[in-house]
Parts: sequence; C-alpha cells; structure tokens
Amino acid sequence: MKIGISAAGKDLDALLDPRFGRCPYFLIVDTETKEFEVADNPGNTAGGGAGIKAAQAFLQLGTKELVTGQAGPNAFEVLVKGGVKIYQAPQVKISEVIDLYHSGDLKELTTPGGRGRGSR
Amino acid sequence: MKLAVLSGKGGTGKTTVAVNLALSLAGKGEKVLFLDTDVEEPNAGLYLKPVLEESLPVTIPYPEIDQEKCDYCGKCANFCQFNALAVAEGLVLTFQELCHGCGGCVLVCPKEAIQEGKREIGVIEKGWADSIKFWQGRLNIGEPFAVPITRHLKNGLADVQEDIVIIDAPAGVSCPVIEAVRDSDFALLVTEPTPFGRHDLELAMKMVDHLGLPSGVVINRAGKNNDLISEICQERNVPILMEIEFSKLLASLGSIGVPFSRVLPQWQDRFWGMYQSIKEGCPCAS
Ligand code: SF4
Ligand code: SF4
Repeated sequence: MKIGISAAGKDLDALLDPRFGRCPYFLIVDTETKEFEVADNPGNTAGGGAGIKAAQAFLQLGTKELVTGQAGPNAFEVLVKGGVKIYQAPQVKISEVIDLYHSGDLKELTTPGGRGRGSR
Repeated sequence: MKLAVLSGKGGTGKTTVAVNLALSLAGKGEKVLFLDTDVEEPNAGLYLKPVLEESLPVTIPYPEIDQEKCDYCGKCANFCQFNALAVAEGLVLTFQELCHGCGGCVLVCPKEAIQEGKREIGVIEKGWADSIKFWQGRLNIGEPFAVPITRHLKNGLADVQEDIVIIDAPAGVSCPVIEAVRDSDFALLVTEPTPFGRHDLELAMKMVDHLGLPSGVVINRAGKNNDLISEICQERNVPILMEIEFSKLLASLGSIGVPFSRVLPQWQDRFWGMYQSIKEGCPCAS
C-alpha cells in the first residue's frame, strides 16, 4: 500500500510536518517495502490558498491515503472529494509513522482543523 | 470638498470626530454628504441615526464551471494565483471566498467551460440623517474583500450635489483605507496622546504623504501628554487643528450614542472654525 505523508525533510528519518498545506514535501511511501518517492509541495510557497494548492498537488500524486497533522477546511474538502482518506499522526519520524500505520494506531481525520494563514 | 477622517488604528474617536464635524457643518447650513466607508464595521449610523431608504447589492464575479464541458485539464487552477480553483481527475472545485473576480480563468479555459457568476459580498445603503445625506457600505460577515464595496460607494460621488463630503475611513492603513481616502482633498488624522497613538499616527501620516494629500491632526482625549503628538507634527510640519480635551461629560455622551456637538453648541463653533481653516489652507478651496 502506498501512503502519502506530509514531511519536513526528504527521507524516512525526517519528521512528519503537521501542517498539510505548508509542509515542504510529500513522501510517498510503500508501506511494505519502505521504498519512497519525494514530491515538493507547491502549497509551501503559495501566498493564499496554500491548502487548496497542496491538496490538488497531492491528488495528482495518485495516492489515496494521507497521513498528516491537520488539514484546513479547504484542503480537507479537496482531499475528501478527491477520494483521499486522511489519517492523523503526531510529529514523529516518518519511519515511526509507518510503524503506527502497520499497528493500526492512526486515527482517521474526519473534520478539518483550523484555517491556516492562507485563508485569504 | 472631500474630507477624509482617518486614524492609524481603531478606538481613537475617528467616527466621533467625523460625526460631530458633519453635524456642525450641517448645523451651519452647509449641504453635507456623510460616507461611512468602514464597511466591516459601519458604526457612524449609531450616532447619526439615519433613515435608510435604499439598499443596493454589491457583487463580484466568480467562476461557475460546466462539468459537462470540462475535461479537467487544470489550466484554470494553474492560472489562478489565488488558488481559488482545484482540479484533479474527475474533480473541479471552486472556492468563492478566495476568488478576486479577475476573470482570468474564464479566458484561459480551452473548453469554454467557465462562466462568470455573480456573488453578493455586501450592500450599499443610502438615506438621510435629517439634512445630512448618509451613505454606508456593509460587507457581509466572513467576506474578505472590502475594497469593491468602498469603490462602489465612491463611484457614486461623481453625481453628488453636496458641497462637502465627509468620508469616515476604516481604521488602520490597509488597502480599504487607501481606497477610501485617495482622491480626497484633505485628510483629517485623529489620534490620542499615547505612545501607541503616536506610532499609529506616524503610519497614517506616511500613507497620506504617499497619497499626496494635505492633512491636519485632531488630538482626541487631549491632556498632559500632548507633547507626544505635537513633536511629530512639528517634525513633519503637519498642523494640529483641534484638541478635544478629555472630559467625563464627553465620554458619557459618547457612550450613550449622543454626538457631543448636538448638546454642546460651542463645539459646533469649534468644528466650524476648524473647517474654515482647512478650507483656507487647502488648494482645493472653491
Ligand atoms: S476569476 Fe480570477 S481569482 Fe477568481 S478563480 Fe478565476 S482566476 Fe482565480
Ligand atoms: S481550464 Fe476549463 S477545461 Fe480545464 S479544468 Fe479548468 S474548467 Fe476544466
């Protein structure tokens, strides 16, 4: 299974970045083989509407599961309408996020978090 | 003459000054139009108690997408610098509250799938407060764009007969303030003698300089710390036109929504005098 994770860095030792819209990278990790790819998050540098931009880019990656800290209302809407399941994890290393995924300890995020800076 | 009343921040008594000035000039027989451009929080009406006769909606355009025609190419979303659109396979979403209504997405869509809808963001209300003509704009709650409403309000000025227009500007030095104040003939800067008041006055002075407007200062709640303000007025060569001394009477009148010049006629004379000196010193004087 391939999952997307909002990440502060580019490898499995990097920390999960809790801000979906503004995280610098998405790591797409194969949960079995632990192989991964890195994609830039264009929302990171967006002025307004970062969450929307991030969510659109995430959908284009084709992954249907996301692990992050929280997603604002706009990002949440795009992700959910795009068929993505969102899980919440604490700010730990990506490798630990994968362990949490395996142990079934990730909580599904069913409501958006607070609006980010980018609401205007 | 178009006279803008502004202050670098809220709570300095800007609206009080604007309202008392309008009442004083009207009391002397001048024809006055009062414009409340603080569209996020129009509150001059609380003092002037106008009877509103007209309410006109203000709209801005937003994209409406015909899902039948759209092939999800994503060009619209790529174009939109405000990220008001999101496109993915089989999905196109619009976020109205982020859309600035530039119309660019309509032009770039190769499938002609985007039409311009209209979205109401607020209203302009017009009426009378006795002999004072009164207009105000009101932005719907949660709407981020104040400027289009201010612009609509000010567009109406072209056909106005009144000799004096008093513009109650929003607090601060943001885009809506500039829209409210630009192309006025004079800027009346309301401040209070505190370090914060001084700091915000300086910001307002810079903005007014930038717009090339002549200006003068009113010190509200004036008292022993007036030096804080007079220093920077001297530095920048801006006259202090009036000092409203702090008094319990004025404060309590304000708190019950009574403009003090209504019950204290000597203030009408002081505001009238201030207006005369603005008129004399102002190149716009007609
Ligand atoms: S009209 Fe302009 S701001 Fe609005 S969605 Fe289209 S491109 Fe974006
Ligand atoms: S540009 Fe037109 S066709 Fe392309 S995604 Fe946008 S609405 Fe659809």
